[in-house]
Amino acid sequence: MNSIQYIQDEIVSEFEILGDDKESTIFYIMELGSSLAPFPEKERKEENIIKGCQSKVWLIADERDGKINYQADSNTDITRGLISLLLRVLNNRKPKEIMNAELDFIGRIGMGSIIGSQRSNGFASMIRQIKLYALAFQTKQNV
Amino acid sequence: MSLNIDQIRGFFPVLHQEVHGKPLIYLDNAATTQKPQSVLDALSAYYSRDNSNIHRGAHALADRATRYYEETREAVCEFINSKESAEIIFTKGTTEGINLVAQTFGRKFIQKDDEIIISTLEHHSNIVPWQMLCEEKGALLKIIPITESGEIIFEEFQKLLSSKTKLVSIVHASNALGTINPVKRIIDAAHEIGAKILLDGAQSTSHLEIDVQDLDCDFLAFSAHKLYGPTGLGVLYGKRDVLESMPPFLGGGEMIKEVTFEKTIYNDIPFKFEAGTPNIADVIAFKSSLDFIKSLGKKNIKKHEDELLSYSTELLTSIKGVVPVGTANEKVSVLSFNIKDMHPFDVGVMLDANGIAVRTGHHCTQPLMKRLGLEGTVRASFAVYNTKSEIDKLAESVTKIARIKNK
Repeated sequence: MNSIQYIQDEIVSEFEILGDDKESTIFYIMELGSSLAPFPEKERKEENIIKGCQSKVWLIADERDGKINYQADSNTDITRGLISLLLRVLNNRKPKEIMNAELDFIGRIGMGSIIGSQRSNGFASMIRQIKLYALAFQTKQNV
Repeated sequence: MSLNIDQIRGFFPVLHQEVHGKPLIYLDNAATTQKPQSVLDALSAYYSRDNSNIHRGAHALADRATRYYEETREAVCEFINSKESAEIIFTKGTTEGINLVAQTFGRKFIQKDDEIIISTLEHHSNIVPWQMLCEEKGALLKIIPITESGEIIFEEFQKLLSSKTKLVSIVHASNALGTINPVKRIIDAAHEIGAKILLDGAQSTSHLEIDVQDLDCDFLAFSAHKLYGPTGLGVLYGKRDVLESMPPFLGGGEMIKEVTFEKTIYNDIPFKFEAGTPNIADVIAFKSSLDFIKSLGKKNIKKHEDELLSYSTELLTSIKGVVPVGTANEKVSVLSFNIKDMHPFDVGVMLDANGIAVRTGHHCTQPLMKRLGLEGTVRASFAVYNTKSEIDKLAESVTKIARIKNK
C-alpha cells in the first residue's frame, strides 16, 4: 500500500490539472463522492453523526487485522466527495499511522477557498472524528 | 417612472468586482443589501469631520453630531410615517428591537397563563425571545399554521385569539419564502380583543410602503443594513403611550433624568431606551440610505423588484428539476427553491463558483423548514440594483447544475 504522503501528492497533482477553475473543481469533488462505497442503512443513526458539520455526515469504523476500516456518508454530494478524499488517504491503515498523519493535501489544494470557511470547520470535525476512532482502537490494541 | 438601473449600479462600488474569475452577481439581499457610495461617504465624513459624543457636549462638534443624529430620527419618522420622532428608538437591529419589547413590555405585562401568538413563518429572532419570556412567566406561545404555499391560515389565527392573548408578534414579510402577511387584518383582529401587536419589518421595510399610523401596529422592528444602510443598527418604533408604559431596557447614561443613590428618574422616550453612547456614526450614515430610497421612490423600487421576481420565478420554475418553495400570491422579491435530489448547500457552492451569491440552508427558520419537510432551500433575493441579465445568468447556472441529477 502506498504511503499517506504518496497518496496526498497524488491528490494534489490531480487537483493541479483542474487549475484555478472553481466550477470544475467542485464538479470533480462531487464525482469523487459517487465512488464512495454504499453506507449500511442500519448505521444511519443519530449516534453516528459527526457533530460540527453543517451537512449531515455519518461515520463508523471497525478493525480488520490491526487496521481500521472506515465507512462514511453524507446527505450532500460535495461533502461525500470530501469524505472520499479523506478515506482514500487514511482508510485501511494502522491506528498509529492515522493518528500521526499530517494531512497537508488540504492546504495544498486550497480546500478553504473551494469549500468556504463554514464547510472547512465541518471538514476539520471529520478529521478529528477519524483520528479519535484511531486513538480508541490504538488504546484497545494496547490493552 | 422607470428607474435607470445602470446608473443606480454605479452608486454601489462593491458590485463591480469579480469572484472566482466571474463578475459578481449579488442575490443575497434578504441577508443584507449593499451600500451606496453616499452611505460610505457619510460614514467617512462623520469620523473625519464631526466625531463627537452626542446630546451632552458643550462644543461645536458635539452640537453638529447631535444635530445629524437627530436628523436621522426625523428621517425615520417620515420613512414609516410615525406621529412623532420620539417614537423612534435606535437599536442594534431587528433582533434587539424584538428582545427589547420582550424584556420590557413582556416582563411588565405578560403574566402566567397569558398567551403570545406568532406564526410558523417566523425567523428565530421572533421565536426565541418569546420562548424565553414564556418560560420565565409561565405564559404560552401559540403558533399560526400555514398552507403548503407558505401563507398563514387566517381563520386558524382567529381561533387562537382569546382574552388570554396579550401580544401578537408577526413577520410582515417572510425572509425564507417572501410571503407578505395580511398584516392590516391581523392587526385589526388583535386589537379587537385588546392585544398589542409587534411587526417584524426586517424584510418588508425595504420593499413595501410602511405607514405605521395607517397600519396601527403597536411596535415595528427593522434593520438598517437591509435598507442599504450600515450594519449593527436598527429601529424599534412604538406608540408613545405603549413606550411610556414600559420599563427601561438597559440602565446607564443617556436614559436618565436624575440619579441619586436612592432613586433614578428615567428620561423621556426615546432616550429612556437608548442607554449608553449609541452607534452615532451608523445612525448618521443611515440618513443617506433613507435619502437614497426616497430619491428612487419606494413604488418604483417595488415595481422593478416585482418584475425581477416574476421574471425569475418564470425562468427558474421552467427548469427541469427545480422546485419552487413558497408560492404565496403576495411576495417580496425572494425566490426560494430546491433542485431535486440535490442538497441546497451543494447548489450554493456551485452558484458561488459561477460568481453568484445566494443564501442556502434553513434561513434561521428551522420550524418553518420542518413544517415544509425540508432541510433548507436555495434563496435568491433581489434588490433595486439587480437586473434581468443577472437573472438570465442565474437561470443558466441553475440549468447546468440541475442537469447533474435531472437528465
